[in-house]
Amino acid sequence: MSSKTTSIRMSGLGGQGAVTASHIVGSAAVMDGKNAMVNPFFGAEKRLAPAESYVRISDEEIFDTGEILYPNIIMVFHPDVILHGKSYTMPFFSGLQKDGIIIVNSEFTFDFTEDEQKDLDDLNAKVYFVQATQLARDIGGTDLATNIAMLGALIGVTKIVTMTALEEALQERFGAKAKGFVASGTTAVLDDAITKQYAKAEKLIEANMKVLIAASESAESLLAA
Amino acid sequence: MSAKNLKEVSTEYMLFEAKREEQFMTGSEAVREAIRRANVDMAIAYPITPQSESMHLIGDLYAEGYVKEYFRGENEFAVMSQVAGGAMAGVRMFTATCGPGTLRAFENFPMWAGARLPIVIGFMTRAINAPLSIQPDTIEMAMLMDTGMLMLHAENAQELYDMYLMSFSIAERTSVHIPVGIFVDGFFVTHTRQKVKVVTEDVKLKPYDPSMSPTPHIDMETPPFRYMKDPFVMKSNYVSYAAHASWQQECMASIERSRPFLKELLGSFIEQQNPDAPIQIIASGTAVSQSREAIKMAKEEGIEVGLIKVKTIRPFPAEEIRQALSKAEKIIVPEFNRVGWLAKEVASVIPNNDRMVQGPRVFGGMTMPPDVIVKVIKENALFGV
Repeated sequence: MSSKTTSIRMSGLGGQGAVTASHIVGSAAVMDGKNAMVNPFFGAEKRLAPAESYVRISDEEIFDTGEILYPNIIMVFHPDVILHGKSYTMPFFSGLQKDGIIIVNSEFTFDFTEDEQKDLDDLNAKVYFVQATQLARDIGGTDLATNIAMLGALIGVTKIVTMTALEEALQERFGAKAKGFVASGTTAVLDDAITKQYAKAEKLIEANMKVLIAASESAESLLAA
Repeated sequence: MSAKNLKEVSTEYMLFEAKREEQFMTGSEAVREAIRRANVDMAIAYPITPQSESMHLIGDLYAEGYVKEYFRGENEFAVMSQVAGGAMAGVRMFTATCGPGTLRAFENFPMWAGARLPIVIGFMTRAINAPLSIQPDTIEMAMLMDTGMLMLHAENAQELYDMYLMSFSIAERTSVHIPVGIFVDGFFVTHTRQKVKVVTEDVKLKPYDPSMSPTPHIDMETPPFRYMKDPFVMKSNYVSYAAHASWQQECMASIERSRPFLKELLGSFIEQQNPDAPIQIIASGTAVSQSREAIKMAKEEGIEVGLIKVKTIRPFPAEEIRQALSKAEKIIVPEFNRVGWLAKEVASVIPNNDRMVQGPRVFGGMTMPPDVIVKVIKENALFGV
């Protein structure tokens, strides 16, 4: 893969919105004038089974498709990905490139095994624990905004896309004029659940933006620490 | 935009002249956007991953009025039979399936060709069970190679979109009039969001004209009614055998007769990059994309590699490939299947096929990182030997 491409691997559990998050950040990158390629990958299992999604962002044309084996950034949407091995790769950071970034959503921090920690140190990897689900619940009023909080954390740590583009991508995905892109039949059902909770699409976007900004600020404070 | 008052345009206008805008969409959405403009009369669906989203989105088109009839069949065999019924009655049909669904429906495909039905069908290729895998694998293409349908293999969502829009007019030519299968690697294209230039929403293709069919369609409104489209070859005698044998040849000939139309709309059967390099990669589908990345990586290390992208599998561009590979010293064939059907096809049309490297191949749903292709390139690099 071209060294000028940033590769993001999102590992989560089915239903957490890793696929949706990848589509949103890909759209945002395109709105920023870059090229993006978004691939979700999941098995026939559904909720709570491992689900991954991959985003490639580049100023150049991207041809490479499929799983990202050598990511620059890994986003872990649930601690079970690491602690219960609910991952497509073992260890979860397999293939991580040098100076890579790992963002873990967990309500508690935990230690990696000695071997894992050594490998991560050798790679000069930076690990950030964020409480994405907590933020989603407290500010967005629903666990379903976990993926948006994870995107906030991604922006806080990397600035890979602009906040303006992200808001535009959220409009495209959830806004009143959204054509409604479909990632899977299950996504459609979740969409119904979430739009019922927020009577107006605008309110949903507003709540998502609040989650996004809070998560971004919270992640930025980790950078400063 | 609404489905009403759309301007009917020729396929050539749609592909080469109509205004386009760039959007960021999945391959499944590209299918929807092509069918939105394809003036399809009837679409029949049956879900199977990774095809399901495509026919789901065609259902949305039905709800919006872009497709006149739409329903879900009982299973893939039923769907392909029902699609045949619609085509026999003289309407433009569309459906899609993949992997195990393709196999379940299989009996219908040679029947479609034999009955000269101009059906356009999407195959979002996936692994064949067991063990269960819903992931990309192009093995079903090996199985469909001789069913009498045209086979086009799209590399990405853009090509998928364009191939759908051109396929109806090729399938419906009087001198062709056989099914067209548009193949695309499941997930790698169907679920992948990428940039696609789509035509504005104010146009659609001209409707199908069943009076141009080389065999009469079933018309239940104009007596005497015909209820069978097959020639009457059920008797066990020489004439019936000869009729069957010559008809099979006629169907194969109709594939060959599609060449000028395909060339006009596709531009070419193969695309070449770096034709003078001693190492050539030949591939179709997303194996081409992975090869493009691999070629860039090899170049950074000082190895020049050429690329031949094959767009049509049936008709197979034998002469074009023979020419393109005439000077190649090593030929690498990366494929997303176990059997290596493209390597076999290529080997059958070129001289000195000991030049060929079998693979790399991945299958069962695995990704082919460009690094894997680079490794094979390095193993076969001729400099310094």
